Amino acid sequence: MSTDADLVAFVYHEARLLDEQRFDEWYDLYTEDACYWMPLTRGQPDGMTHTSLMCEDKLLLRVRIERLKNPHSFSQQPRSHAQHVLQAPQVETVDAATGLAILRTPFFYMESQMDESVILSGVVWHHLVHSEGHIRIQLKKIELVNCDAALPSIQLFL
Amino acid sequence: MSDYRNNPEKVQGLVHEDSVHRDVYLSPEIFTLEMQNLWRNTWIYVGHDSQVPATGHFYTTTLATQPVVMVRGEDGTVRVLMNRCAHKGAKLVSGHQGKCEANLLRCPYHGWTFRLDGSIRSIPQKAGYDGTGFAESSAAKGVVAIANVRNYRGFVFARLAETGPSFEEYFGDSLSSIDNMVDRAPGGRLEVAGGTLRYLHDCNWKMFIENLNDTMHPMVAHESAAGTAKKLWAGQPEDAPKPMAIEQFLPFVNGYGFFDEMGVKLWENGHSYSGVNFSIHSKYSSEGDYEALMEQAYGAERARAILGEVRHNTVYYPSLTIKGAIQAIRVARPIAHDKTVIESFTFRLVGAPERLLERTVLYTRLINAPTSVVGHDDRHCYRAMQEGLAADGNEWVSMHRNHGIAEREGMAGVYNGLSEVSMRGQFRAWARFMRPPKSAGDAS
Ligand code: FES
Ligand SMILES: [Fe+2]
Repeated sequence: MSTDADLVAFVYHEARLLDEQRFDEWYDLYTEDACYWMPLTRGQPDGMTHTSLMCEDKLLLRVRIERLKNPHSFSQQPRSHAQHVLQAPQVETVDAATGLAILRTPFFYMESQMDESVILSGVVWHHLVHSEGHIRIQLKKIELVNCDAALPSIQLFL
Repeated sequence: MSDYRNNPEKVQGLVHEDSVHRDVYLSPEIFTLEMQNLWRNTWIYVGHDSQVPATGHFYTTTLATQPVVMVRGEDGTVRVLMNRCAHKGAKLVSGHQGKCEANLLRCPYHGWTFRLDGSIRSIPQKAGYDGTGFAESSAAKGVVAIANVRNYRGFVFARLAETGPSFEEYFGDSLSSIDNMVDRAPGGRLEVAGGTLRYLHDCNWKMFIENLNDTMHPMVAHESAAGTAKKLWAGQPEDAPKPMAIEQFLPFVNGYGFFDEMGVKLWENGHSYSGVNFSIHSKYSSEGDYEALMEQAYGAERARAILGEVRHNTVYYPSLTIKGAIQAIRVARPIAHDKTVIESFTFRLVGAPERLLERTVLYTRLINAPTSVVGHDDRHCYRAMQEGLAADGNEWVSMHRNHGIAEREGMAGVYNGLSEVSMRGQFRAWARFMRPPKSAGDAS
């Protein structure tokens, strides 16, 4: 079992991998059945019958990561860069039976491409489990505070 | 640049049969004239009547950059009012949609109230207007209701100009695409469902509209997205069930032959659709008992005919584009010559399995969201044009592909899918409706 400190450190580590664009390592942090979800509306019940900004399984995450390596990803010429600024993650609950831990982390995120940048903020929820001795993400849910704004392109991962 | 406002012939000169001058995209003055002429003379999409399901429900948007509110009245009629208080002009309702308290529109500033048809219901301390010219003023008429509104099978359109082509004249047989989308519901009705995506584009609205039937771009611009999905899927065993996402991505990298044979159909007034013979949506797997439900509703033959029509994008020039085959629409809301919001809506087919809503929700997220790897490359290309066209040395934008004798007479007809004929048709309509409202009627 992990301590709260391990879980919190894991959340910081995940954000760092993204900011350093170590996407393959980042991808491995997710369980095979993981979901990376950024709802379009507040309190949205699901990503199936309601459109989300992202609701990606591992296959769709892989498409995004491999596309970024493709020299013909024209919208990534030049590359975007991103920075997360996280408020201290809070361990909300840990299920004694399954070990499922739920963490809540308010954040600011900036994504920039030359003269254009987009600033997003909100709360991210991590559902963390253990798999073969490692902490893994089963669900990452990103609740944007500005989800109802007309948004420009968001090209990397929050 | 130059003075277009006082020189209508100069505006006409921007459009040649096979090319257009860059000012149609770059000039703020042309944009203003578009909003005053083209977008007032034509029928613009407002919203769907399911967004105002009952008396007092409202939905706000803009038409030609003007704030409007679509509202369902006491009599059940859907009206479109200018979202402008009759007193000093404050917007009456804010937010995208809601319900009017007590079925009245109440101004937040001085508390005038209006009935759902726009007429004045009450003014605080009304005696203050006694003996003034108020009764004869425009204010006394209440909120301006747009006179020319048409609800076609749930799709509400408005023409801002008092004179001009009737709804039927303007859209003609292109309404068959809306018919097909509605007919795909066993219950014969659509409902907006699944949320609204609003994607901010830093480009001229026409770049988006032209792109909808630009079949020369997917295999290039979307190679990195759809091509990657294809490559990742290539390792899968032959009999592995294709996830819906893969099914939706793959056709974007079909070859030129596919898109050419798809065919494009043109109607008068800038309307067109691609996918006359088949489309990128043709090979989607069937969903549960949907087909059986369709047969129950329409009979086998008619159901087959409805489902056999699998159109790609239909453009209802200049504001609306629809994908009947997957019941999704995109609406262009121009903001400035180089700024446009593209709104995406999805629909529930009343009486169909919920899986069809899931399919359109997925498609819309994968292809049209601000987070879409397909949308990113489209937007990048629009912006690249918006910036690239500032370059001197060639002020003309080529639309020559398959420009032929045949289309010089009236342009309506079916053409090969890779032709740029849909863009030429749009600009022919553009030039016609860019004439100030009064003369638009005679131009036909
Ligand atoms: S502006 Fe609406 S009541 Fe005065
Ligand atoms: Fe595209």
